Amino acid sequence: MSYVLRKKNRTLIIQVTGELDLVTANNFRETVDATMQEMMAKNLIIDLARVNFIDSSGLGVILGRFRKISAQGGKLVLIGLTPNVQRILELSGILSFIPYCDDELKAWQLLEKKVI
Amino acid sequence: MERIPINRIELQIQSKGENVALSRICIAALASQLEITLNDLEEIKVAVSEAVSNAIIHGYENNPEHMVTITSLLYEDELVIEVIDAGIGIADIQQALQPAYSTDPERMGLGFVFMQSFMDQVEVESELNHGTKVTLKKMIGSAGAEKKAVS
Repeated sequence: MSYVLRKKNRTLIIQVTGELDLVTANNFRETVDATMQEMMAKNLIIDLARVNFIDSSGLGVILGRFRKISAQGGKLVLIGLTPNVQRILELSGILSFIPYCDDELKAWQLLEKKVI
Repeated sequence: MERIPINRIELQIQSKGENVALSRICIAALASQLEITLNDLEEIKVAVSEAVSNAIIHGYENNPEHMVTITSLLYEDELVIEVIDAGIGIADIQQALQPAYSTDPERMGLGFVFMQSFMDQVEVESELNHGTKVTLKKMIGSAGAEKKAVS
């Protein structure tokens, strides 16, 4: 698993490549939490377009970030869901409360319009 | 008459998270020996991932010094997978099968939900302080697809 991290305004954008399971979920959590704290980021955009596998450990780490960021008044948006990943996320019910859209441009619209 | 598998494997892995991917890839490679859709293959990978992760996280409470046994039998119409640990066992299987059973805020408690959604049959046998065996069955291949269509 690898990441590309960027910060824009107070939002961290993380592009994830690889598989999000038990092992990589721990690494993902540590990377996101440490980077958000270091960059003093408030919001998080997770780009899952290059994630080719996700299981409940991967979902759990996304849910954990959502809870943590929401508790601090920030927003989390998921982008680039492949059909496989989207199916798992839908089955879990996570998409009923975590906003998602096609790409980063739309994610910025969601964050800037404050509709979420 | 007893069915004879066309292929079978037995894997013994150390109870480390790194071996979850190894397990699902091995089982997916076995399943790929039959005609199988990518969708079915993905579902098998998720179910195996959940069962092996459960054995490591819950069965062995994240202690990496144990072994998990994964056996898989490939029939012409079905894949049968057993994931066996000798860990702490499950006190209440019915409760464990419920969604959101997990008490950890970083976990969704959906492992068994995914197994049940993606496989045709899920059986759990467990004894406290002796371990757990999860059996996953899925009809696959052209013969399996025909049987599914009939049923």
